[in-house]
Amino acid sequence: MADPITNPATPDAIFGKQAVCEALADHAAVIGLKELILDAKWDRKELTLTVAPENIRAAAQAAKDAGYNFFEDVTAVDWYPAEPRFQVAYSILSMGLKQRIRINARVSGDDPRIDSITSIWPAANFYEREVFDLFGIHFPGHPRLTRIMMPDNWNGHPLRKDYPVEGYR
Amino acid sequence: MSNSTLPDPPLLDSTAEAPRHTAYNAPAADSAPVTDTTGATLAGFRNAEDLIIPGVEDVVEESTSHHHPHGSDPVTSQTMVLNMGPQHPSTHGVLRLVLEVDGETVISLAPDIGYLHTGIEKTAEAKFYSQVTPLTDRIDYICPMTNNTAYALAVEKLLGLEIPERSQYLRVLLNELTRIQSHLVWLGTHAMDIGALTVFLYCFREREDILRIFEAISGQRMMSSYIRIGGVALEPPADIYDRIRKFLNAFPKHIEEYEGLLNANPIWIGRLKGVGVLSGEEAIALGVTGPPLRASGVDWDVRRDMPYSGYDKFKFNVPVSKDGDVWARYIVRMQEMRESVSICHQALDFLATLRDTRLNADAPKIVLPDREQMKTQMESLIHHFKIVTEGFQVPAGEATSSVEAPHGMMNYYVVSDGTAKPYRVHMRNADFANLQALETMCKGRLIADVVAVIGSIDIVLGAIDR
Repeated sequence: MADPITNPATPDAIFGKQAVCEALADHAAVIGLKELILDAKWDRKELTLTVAPENIRAAAQAAKDAGYNFFEDVTAVDWYPAEPRFQVAYSILSMGLKQRIRINARVSGDDPRIDSITSIWPAANFYEREVFDLFGIHFPGHPRLTRIMMPDNWNGHPLRKDYPVEGYR
Repeated sequence: MSNSTLPDPPLLDSTAEAPRHTAYNAPAADSAPVTDTTGATLAGFRNAEDLIIPGVEDVVEESTSHHHPHGSDPVTSQTMVLNMGPQHPSTHGVLRLVLEVDGETVISLAPDIGYLHTGIEKTAEAKFYSQVTPLTDRIDYICPMTNNTAYALAVEKLLGLEIPERSQYLRVLLNELTRIQSHLVWLGTHAMDIGALTVFLYCFREREDILRIFEAISGQRMMSSYIRIGGVALEPPADIYDRIRKFLNAFPKHIEEYEGLLNANPIWIGRLKGVGVLSGEEAIALGVTGPPLRASGVDWDVRRDMPYSGYDKFKFNVPVSKDGDVWARYIVRMQEMRESVSICHQALDFLATLRDTRLNADAPKIVLPDREQMKTQMESLIHHFKIVTEGFQVPAGEATSSVEAPHGMMNYYVVSDGTAKPYRVHMRNADFANLQALETMCKGRLIADVVAVIGSIDIVLGAIDR
C-alpha cells in the first residue's frame, strides 16, 4: 500500500465519506472502519474519521485490528453553542504502518457521554479522566472517573467555552 | 544492599475479598491464559484492565479489605496506606503518591496529580497564535525548545508554511542540545535519588554550558521561546557554532566520566538492575513512549519513523534494549546522548553550508520583521504593527504535530476556527502517559524501588499537569 502522505497522487484535501473512501481506498483505517464512518476528511496530510459516539468502542477495536496499535491521546473540542456540542478527538498511531489517524465523535451538550475505551487501551485511563474533569464529558465503563487536574470540589469544567478564562469570581 | 531477588509475596488473609487489582496475588500457573476483552491472548502481560493504574480512592478502599481490626492480628499481616509527596525530593516535582504497603512491599500505588495545573490550554485559547509560544515553554520546562518546535510545527501545518532549511536544521540542533540538557537533569537527579551525589554536580556543570549556549542564542537560559511560528526568533550570534562545536567535542569525555562513576558502582547496579520491569506489550498498552518504550524493546522513535523538521536527512542510531528495567532505561538514555552529539555535529555541518541563506519563512504577515527592517521600512512597520495588535488569521482546520521530546512522544493538537486565536490547543506529553505505567512497574517491589522507577521514567510535573 502506498503511503498517502508521501504519495504525490494523493490530493491535498478530500472531504466527505464518499470522496475519501474512493481516493484512499487502500488506506488501512478506511478499510478497517468502513462500516462505522459517518464522515471523513483528508486534510493537511491527516486522516480524520468521524464515527457515531455509540460506536466508539467498535471503532477503537476496528482501528486496533487494522494495525493502529498505539493509543496516543483523547481530547475534546467544545463547539458551543453548536450542537452536537463536543467533538471528542482520539489520536491513534500505527507503529507498523507509521501512520496516525484521528477518530472524531460528536457528543451532545445536554448529556455528554461516550463509552470508555479503557478496556481496549488502558492508556486511555488518564486521558478520559482529564476530558471528564475539564469538559464534563462522561465515559461510561471507565474504572473510576474522577477529576484529575482540578480539586474534587471544583465547580464547573474549565475548558468549556462558556467557562470564563479568568474563572468565576 | 541487593534487590536481585524479589521479596516473597506477603501473606494475605485468604478469606478476604480479592482486590480489584488482582496482579498483587501471583497469578496461578494453571489458570486460563489471560485475554483482553477481544478474546485475543495477551502474551506476557496481565489482563488489560489490571494494567489500569488505580485512583487514590481505589487504593484506600482496597486497603480496608487487607486491614484487620487493631490488635486482633499479628502486625506482619497488616498493610498500611502511605502518603508520599507532593513535597518529596525524589518525586521530581509536586507528584503525590498514595501507596498501600505491606512492610516495605508495594501492594498498590496511585498517583495524585494536578498540583501544578495552570490551565495553559485554556489560557492559550485567549491569546494570539504567536503569544502561545511562551506558554509552551512552561509546560515541559526542562525542554522548552522542544515544546516550541512541536507547537510551531502544528501551527505551520495549519498555515501551510514552508520553513527554510536553515531554520529546520537550527531547530534540530537546538532540539538535540535540549535532549542532552534534559538527560543531564535526569541523570543528575536520578543518581541523587539513588544516593550518588557526585554525578549531580558533574551533570549540572555540563548543563550549565548548554544553558549558556541557549542564553547566547535566545537571550534566555531556560524559557527560551526561541523557536517561533515560521522559523526562529533571531539570527544566532556569529561565534555560536564554534562554541557549540567546542562543547560537543568535549562532551563524549564527560559521558564517560559519568559512566565511570556509575557503571561499576555496586549500589547503582543493585538498585537499578531487574527493578521496575515493563514489557514491550505493557508499554504499548499503557501509552508509554520515549526512552522507557525503547528500553522495553519497542524500536520506535518519531525522529526516525515519522521524521519532522528535516530529521530524515540525518544519520543516527536509535538505542533499544530488551531488558525493560531501570538499568535498561539508564543505558538507553546514555546512548541517546551520544547519538544526540552526532546529530548536532551533522546539523552544524549542514548549517555551515547554508550560511547567509534565508532564516525564516517568507511570510511577512506571520513572521515578525527584524528590528532593523521594522525601523527603516514602512511595509515592515505596518506588518509588525498588525501582527502585534491583531495577530494573524489561521485557516480553519485541525492539525497534529508530533515530535520526539527527551521524555517521549510530544504531540500538539491545534484547532483553528479561522480567527487569530487558536480555538483549541492540546498537548500530549509523554510524561502524562508514562506515569500510568508506574504501578505496573512498582507492584510487588520495595518502596525504595519506587524512587528508582520514578527517576527512570523521567517525569516533569509541569508537562503532566499543564
